[in-house]
Amino acid sequence: MAVRKTRLPKPYRVLELDAAIRRGRTVHETNLMHEARKLGVPVPAIQHIDPETSSFVMDYVNGPTLKEELYVLSQEERRKQCILLGRTVAMIHEGGIVHGDLTISNILCADGKLFLIDFGLGGFSTELEDRGVDLLLLSRAMKSTHTKIHEETFAAFLRGYSATVGKRRGVEAVTKMREIERRGRYFERA
Amino acid sequence: MYCLGIESTAHTFGASVVTEQGQILSDVRDAYVSAPGTGIHPREAAEHHSVVAADVVSGALGNAGVKASQLAGVAIALGPGLGPCLRVGATVARSIASFYNLPLVPVNHAIGHIEIGTLTTGAKDPLVVLVSGGHTAIAAFSGGKWRIFGETEDITLGNLYDMFAREINLSSPAGPQIEKLAAKSDNFVSLPYVVKGNDVSYSGLLTASLAKLRAGFSLEDVCYSMQEVSCSMLAEAAERSLAYTRKKEVLLTGGVAANRTLQKKLSDVAELHDATPHVVNQAYTGDCGPQIAWTGILALRAGVTTAIPKSYVKPRWRLEDVDIVWRREAS
Repeated sequence: MAVRKTRLPKPYRVLELDAAIRRGRTVHETNLMHEARKLGVPVPAIQHIDPETSSFVMDYVNGPTLKEELYVLSQEERRKQCILLGRTVAMIHEGGIVHGDLTISNILCADGKLFLIDFGLGGFSTELEDRGVDLLLLSRAMKSTHTKIHEETFAAFLRGYSATVGKRRGVEAVTKMREIERRGRYFERA
Repeated sequence: MYCLGIESTAHTFGASVVTEQGQILSDVRDAYVSAPGTGIHPREAAEHHSVVAADVVSGALGNAGVKASQLAGVAIALGPGLGPCLRVGATVARSIASFYNLPLVPVNHAIGHIEIGTLTTGAKDPLVVLVSGGHTAIAAFSGGKWRIFGETEDITLGNLYDMFAREINLSSPAGPQIEKLAAKSDNFVSLPYVVKGNDVSYSGLLTASLAKLRAGFSLEDVCYSMQEVSCSMLAEAAERSLAYTRKKEVLLTGGVAANRTLQKKLSDVAELHDATPHVVNQAYTGDCGPQIAWTGILALRAGVTTAIPKSYVKPRWRLEDVDIVWRREAS
């Protein structure tokens, strides 16, 4: 089964800007997905790309989003999934890719794997800054919808992440994440 | 039940009396205006506030026809904002509360923008887009707090317009002047469009816009393009948050909410997701007493007060840190 992803025109952008963004993101996203697959990361395979209509066709992943899964899993299953997520994200980071929009709605659970989708805001980067942004986006997404279990799920994620990238680089990424978070407006200076 | 609210977080010193039913009985303001080509000087703004404070407060009580002794409480914006400005308002509020033996109600200025927005539009459980000189944030109510789903990673939308304006010798707040210049052009000049997840970043856009100006593009073209790009970025970030939270209302509030281009773009976003767009009443977009007085009523009814010795100003009081005890979770 296949699914087509089309970037529709947005009424809130002037035409020139809108066309450039949609086309650019389509090409960019498919590039990143292809590279991520080569790293062995679960990502739907691309079947066809059509920059003219800002769309592409990829394999259909039959499973719920991690956001939905987290509501129904037991504590132990939740922990395992989050550790696996840490390992999966670590794999793209190790391979020089950052996701750029890493929320739990952009992760699909199927075949005992976690598939990453929606790379449209991603990039090729080995910068600690960009990795920190990924971690921050994920942490915030977990916090906003699963407020009560946020600490537990994010801690499990970090265990998986550090297990792959190594303890020192794991700590570096989290430290950077906290630094980026504090750039937001109006944090009390400790 | 009457509550006096005092606002002095930045350029405006304002006072207002609001009733328990949400009637705004008075709204008196006096704003410090910076010299063209400069921004708000905190000490000068504070001096301005201390000169006008007595007239503004007595004007607010007089226009409302309410005596200080009839008040149920005095609400004061303790932050976030400029320290010297906050201290003027806080001193005035503490004095009145102490002299008339009234409860002092601490109000977060950003929460004030949200609550005056819900009061004047009837929005029940909106995704809030808060835009002003001090904020560019997308928030939704969850778990007893207004949680920030996206925000600027560097300067705010108001900062972008004010800092650009400063370079071309306008005074701040400069949003309305930029909007007027932008309306004279429809020639789009390419500028950096930076959305990171639900966040935006405007510092690169500021630099690039000034560079285009120096490169000889007309002021009108640059204002138009900068306004287009900055508002579209925020609209996209809001759309992402809306898709994520599945809220059925969008509320635009804060000083920059007066911008018609931004209003149109957010109404487009709401329409795409079958949500109802709301914009705070035009009269209360900018900083004002009613936003503090009304939030004061809500807080007071829920028993939120502060002892005068503990009523420190909080220049960096983040809206996410405020417990909203008066608002119920949408089911």
